[in-house]
Amino acid sequence: MGRIPRAYLINRLFTLILTVLIAATIIWIIPRLSPVDPAEIALGRMAAGAGSVANSDEILAQLRANMGIDQPLVVQYFKYIFGAFVFDFGLSTAAFPTPVSTLILNALPWTLGLMILSLVITFFIGNLLGALMVWERSPKLVKVAIPAAMVFTSIPPILSGLLLMWIFAAKLQWFPLTGAYSIFVEPGWTWEFVKSVIHHGFLPALSIVVVTFGFWALGMRGLMIGVQGEDYVKLAEAKGLRPRYILYRYMIRNAILPQITAFALKIGLLIAGQVLVERIFAYNGMGKLLYDAILNQDFPVIQGVSYVIILITALSVFLVDLLYPFIDPRIRHEATA
Amino acid sequence: MTSQDNMPMTRAEKRQARRIRRFDNPWLNPKLIWGAALLLAIIAIGLMGRLLWNLDLVFTGSTPLKLPPVGFENLRGQAGQWANPIGTDGGGRDMLALIIIGAPNTLFVGLLASLIGMSIGIFLGFSAGFLGGRIDDTIRVSADVMITIPPLLILVVFQSAFGDVTLTMMAILIAGFVWQSPTRLIRAQVLSMKQSGYVQMAQLSGASTSHIMFREMLPNLIPYLFGSFIASVTTSIVTAVGLEVLGLGPQRIPTLGRTIYEAINAGALIQNLWWWWGIPTLLLGVMFIGLLLINLGLDEVSNPRLRKLS
Repeated sequence: MGRIPRAYLINRLFTLILTVLIAATIIWIIPRLSPVDPAEIALGRMAAGAGSVANSDEILAQLRANMGIDQPLVVQYFKYIFGAFVFDFGLSTAAFPTPVSTLILNALPWTLGLMILSLVITFFIGNLLGALMVWERSPKLVKVAIPAAMVFTSIPPILSGLLLMWIFAAKLQWFPLTGAYSIFVEPGWTWEFVKSVIHHGFLPALSIVVVTFGFWALGMRGLMIGVQGEDYVKLAEAKGLRPRYILYRYMIRNAILPQITAFALKIGLLIAGQVLVERIFAYNGMGKLLYDAILNQDFPVIQGVSYVIILITALSVFLVDLLYPFIDPRIRHEATA
Repeated sequence: MTSQDNMPMTRAEKRQARRIRRFDNPWLNPKLIWGAALLLAIIAIGLMGRLLWNLDLVFTGSTPLKLPPVGFENLRGQAGQWANPIGTDGGGRDMLALIIIGAPNTLFVGLLASLIGMSIGIFLGFSAGFLGGRIDDTIRVSADVMITIPPLLILVVFQSAFGDVTLTMMAILIAGFVWQSPTRLIRAQVLSMKQSGYVQMAQLSGASTSHIMFREMLPNLIPYLFGSFIASVTTSIVTAVGLEVLGLGPQRIPTLGRTIYEAINAGALIQNLWWWWGIPTLLLGVMFIGLLLINLGLDEVSNPRLRKLS
């Protein structure tokens, strides 16, 4: 079992914190550079609701004070950074007195659930197919059909989502068009609700799975080619072990490990893709929250959602890096790595 | 890969033998050619369309609304006309004109962004690998940090704060997020090449640093560089389309992503206006498949072990 040297842990932790800090800083700086004044947007919203607003100068000043944008930039920055570390992003301007963190907390389980589900399915299917492509004994059909199907896996999930949505939701009406659960069922741990969630989640998950399994299959194919020629595989064959046993225990087990690190590099794109899938399916996750916030120019929510997604990405990479030596005992972390 | 797999092994082997005898050029593999052909087809649509089609039809209200492509009927019973061969959208714009302008725009953003990103990557990767020390540490850490940040999320913040952007501006913004993996790749390659015989030979014979970098090392990196370039074109286009589908990105210039955004917002899926979202989706699909094929082809160039298999 590999143990994690302290220097390596500190190094990874440093990278993690730096990543989150830099991302948070960029997210903070960008709106400050923009000529758009959030207080004026809020005032505009009031004016749109009431027709006209009296004492607009005083209201603007009060709004700026409420949003804390009348303070010096340094104070604002540190307040923001400390707030971000405890997930306090202020109040949403569109859904006014609701804190951004509440909105995110409501949306996050949907996004994480969809993500983990589709990730596990694609990882499994993709690696299995990739291995079968190289395996000598797999049926001819596998070797012809998979590479042909793989061409479609270069497509981002939003496009496959549109296509599946049109075929299965709009045309055949097998699945609902939008939402994460039916509006006719009460959310809760009832069978009805769970059924509705599965029914609604199927298409979004499928549209992600269809286009991502090829990435794993391709990677696995390359790794399996490397493993195929190894002496221990030849020895296992010479010993007369069952071919299927060799495939699972000798080849896949050895080839699959670098795939886990590939995951770390891919996760950012996966999450971004999923956000878009959620947007087109109007799935109750972070994607929809983000899209609604963009429509309403709700900056605290946009910042919060971006921050949380970046945090999830960075944390996953960190965890993969740390857990890797436990999964693959051949890897020992160098203290200087 | 499919054409050869269909054949029995003996013929495939013969074919392989013939290829080896001919010392054939790995750059001429079918995947690379097909991929390039698909991308060129999209560019051709843009170029030929500009010459042959009336682009004024791209303005809102220049044609009847929601007309289907020729040979189809929409829900109101209108048949497609040759004046708008692939239909019109909900704003009365001709789809063909939209595509002629939009498809090259999307490709342009991808190419420009990764061109800038690659240049930064080559520069930083060589500096890090070659100079080492403090510079290497800084570049390595910043690439490691930036590689985990999904570009889409940062750009969403940016564009929602700034509103409208131009295509070039969007490309430059995306370029800020596609330099990391070329940097890492080139740094790793440079580090391993520095140990190789011919580089040490060049050093011993007194070649200048820039000569070693650009004349000795760079040519060997070309397949990797191309592969990395294509990968970042894909990432850039995915990001650009993502922004456009969220309603960000250029507001006044037609792009494929923005067309999809408008179609979704107008409920094109329920109204069965499949050509409105379907044609841009199809074109994007062709674009991504082309890029993937090029990437697979380049893999075969740089990794001869894959060549034997397919």
